[in-house]
Amino acid sequence: MAGIARRAFLIGSAALAGGVAFGVWQVRRDPANPLLDTLPDGAAALTPYVLITRDAVTLITPRAEVGQGATHLQALLIAEELDVDLTDVRLDNGPASPVYYNAALLSDALGPLSQGNGAIVQAKRAAGVTVAKLMGFHITGGSSTVRDSWEKLRHAGAVARETLKMIVSQDTGVAVADLTTDRGAVVLPDGRRIAYTTLAARAAALDPVTDVVLRSPDQWRLIGKPLPHPDKVAKSTGAFAYGIDVALPDMIHALVRVNPALGGGIRSFDATAARRMRGVIDVVPVTDGFAVLADNTWRAFQAADAVVADWGPAPYPETTAALAQVLADSFTPDRQDSRPRDEGDPDRAAGDVIMADYAVPYLAHAPLEPITATAQLKDGRLTLWLATQVPRFAVAAAARAAGVDPDAVTLHVVPAGGSYGRRLETDYAAQVGELARAAGGRPVKMTQSREDDMAQSYPRPMALARGRAVVAGGQVQAFSLDIAGTSVSGSQGARWGLPQASADASLAEGAGDQPFAVPHIRVTAYRAPNMVPVSSWRSVGASGNGFFHESLLDEAIHAAGADPLAERLRLVTDPASRRVLETVGQMAGWGSTLAPGRGRGLAFVMSFGVPVAEVVEVSVTPSGLRIDKVFVALEVGRIVDPVNFENQVQGGVVWGLGHAMYGELTYAKGAVEQTNFDSYPSLRLPQCPDIVVQGLQSDGPIRGAGEPPVPPAAPALAAAIFAATGERIRSLPLARAVTFA
Amino acid sequence: MQLIVNGTTHRVDVEDDMPLLWVLRDVLHIHGPKYGCGIAQCGACTVHVAGVAVRSCSLPVGAVDGPVTTIEGLGHAGALHAVQAAWVAHQVAQCGYCQSGQIMQAAALLAEVPDPADADIDAAMEGNLCRCGTYLRIRAAVKTAAAMLRASQTTED
Repeated sequence: MAGIARRAFLIGSAALAGGVAFGVWQVRRDPANPLLDTLPDGAAALTPYVLITRDAVTLITPRAEVGQGATHLQALLIAEELDVDLTDVRLDNGPASPVYYNAALLSDALGPLSQGNGAIVQAKRAAGVTVAKLMGFHITGGSSTVRDSWEKLRHAGAVARETLKMIVSQDTGVAVADLTTDRGAVVLPDGRRIAYTTLAARAAALDPVTDVVLRSPDQWRLIGKPLPHPDKVAKSTGAFAYGIDVALPDMIHALVRVNPALGGGIRSFDATAARRMRGVIDVVPVTDGFAVLADNTWRAFQAADAVVADWGPAPYPETTAALAQVLADSFTPDRQDSRPRDEGDPDRAAGDVIMADYAVPYLAHAPLEPITATAQLKDGRLTLWLATQVPRFAVAAAARAAGVDPDAVTLHVVPAGGSYGRRLETDYAAQVGELARAAGGRPVKMTQSREDDMAQSYPRPMALARGRAVVAGGQVQAFSLDIAGTSVSGSQGARWGLPQASADASLAEGAGDQPFAVPHIRVTAYRAPNMVPVSSWRSVGASGNGFFHESLLDEAIHAAGADPLAERLRLVTDPASRRVLETVGQMAGWGSTLAPGRGRGLAFVMSFGVPVAEVVEVSVTPSGLRIDKVFVALEVGRIVDPVNFENQVQGGVVWGLGHAMYGELTYAKGAVEQTNFDSYPSLRLPQCPDIVVQGLQSDGPIRGAGEPPVPPAAPALAAAIFAATGERIRSLPLARAVTFA
Repeated sequence: MQLIVNGTTHRVDVEDDMPLLWVLRDVLHIHGPKYGCGIAQCGACTVHVAGVAVRSCSLPVGAVDGPVTTIEGLGHAGALHAVQAAWVAHQVAQCGYCQSGQIMQAAALLAEVPDPADADIDAAMEGNLCRCGTYLRIRAAVKTAAAMLRASQTTED
């Protein structure tokens, strides 16, 4: 945000030095949403997304780029209405600001998404929006970027466009209706072009036109078209700069090592040997650990290994078995957190009973770019260069650690080499704040070694489930699932300083919100005490609960002697979910005969409002199980960017399959035992199946595709293995039970 | 010691056992090669030494015995190598962090095997991890790049 005053973003149409910031977005006052009417007037924030100066048009894209295509997607939505070429504009993440609150994310977090649109659900969603707005919940996550941006950003583009046309109309006497816009210019009827940039100073003096009509789908030039992303060239030439590439004059390189038993603290450390090593500037204490300051990254890594630390004990059970025991002991009435499904009486249904226990392990995000952060504390001001999904929380954490006021912080959001939820945490913002304090005014960049990155995992929680189903007459009659896990919102929410909700929807999401009408159905979530600090991991609660729900359903359908697709179609209640099930069946040729030694598995999970059905095909080969092909059908309302959409869905399936096959964090002495990609393997290119994607569009609400493809992958793969081998695997990772080719 | 990188000769004063990756990144400020694991498990640091793809995170700089080519030396915007052009055409990158290494690995493969079968691609690319899961586009882009290189070879003949 260099050169642009922070305060310019806090008002709607701000005069800058020779420029104007546009983007009025009035809060929609939905008469069906009474809660929104109680908002104070000042909360109807104006949110600026278009900045026009004499030399450039800059589009502000506040949702963080972590590989999911968010920057391009946001720019595209503004450009669709503003009529600019994406290759001609500048893009900027904007400052950390409450005006960039995310209305979509909390609206879902507080209300079950897939249970229709009843009054209670709508009220909960509205409450979430209110909370998000009042807190200035500036966040990227929950597959919410498209949902949150869809109208807001197009509206911002249209406001800017119409205001620019109004100026030209006033200057030339030509009616606004006779003016058009094209590639960054207002075009007069005689073909004369007046560049937006030449209108910047005039626009700054005017109230923007706010009465605008968004273009209809038949007028779209960009939405739904397979456009090249401008960043792909930089990402294919080594020129794209990530957080790890920040380089400043006189910069110190650092490594922070904290107690691998997270929160266990450090009693003392001996850095005598480390201090003598070449390039080491200092070894300093930081919260829960120490940091090495050196003249390059490798020397910092080397010296850290020469420090002898006396760590405190873990503030939670120290081994995987002990942690699992706490979960196993949590299926008790006093730990019941929610019961989102409770229809009929599963205990009294007559028929054959199937009982099964399931488990999913702790998992790391392990983005390929390890955690990095850069900061400089000089003249009372803290400047940060961070890849973060929560800029305001990160600023607060860094400011607190550095001992400055948040108003004295300038944040440059830098792109991330992957995140999958990891950069929703603020641990590294606080650490770099401490480092800045120790660096004597010099800029300092911390780079975690992969080993430290793994050790400081805030993992996807381990969870257990106990299932019971009853089948009779070839049908599933009763379905009962008890789930025990630790609460992500309880752990991560506390670190963010969020108010604690009475129940954590993520403990049941992906299981307690599925659109199937089994006559007797009960889903209960049990909340174990906080143990290992846990975090949001791509698809959050649905990542494990989808495996529980679909595995039990698959077993029940098998016991009933029914067909997995036909029985789900018989039970499904939601039209969009029916469509994706029917579509994936057609795509996969469901029902056709497979050769011996091959198997086909189906799973369906609705998460983040997106119904997704996947069919996985596997073969038994002499070298092990091979995943041959995956078919995916999902419905997201509109597909804004079809290439990115396919990339996200395929990537989500690979993420889901790879972790189902191999992913597992285990604990000893409170520390993660997996240290690098040799002990935390994932799917590699030779194992990658063909993944055929079909996205269905509808007039329904628009949704994001980054997370929903993940949850069905594991249960579909497990079902395929059962079909091919007869072995029912109820615990992940699957590689503990089978060998993959 | 002396190091030739992308055609330029550098003199660097570092320990012999400092990995080539960190000499490139922190001493020469060549940032295309990425750090991902430090133990040759992810391939993000892949560069060419005398034309051979190596993991620069695990190669001591004192053991470098030939000229080094990084992604910056392969091609750049406006003058893309065929592999890079194919990567752009297929829109392979998501976060993009692994792609410098993927591209260097693929370029080394195609220099040796102009018309690789799937098994050749599997064998060459297995060491390059992508957490975003872009493997299908990588495979397609390798084949496109191979076709482009063969076509240009034919033209030159």
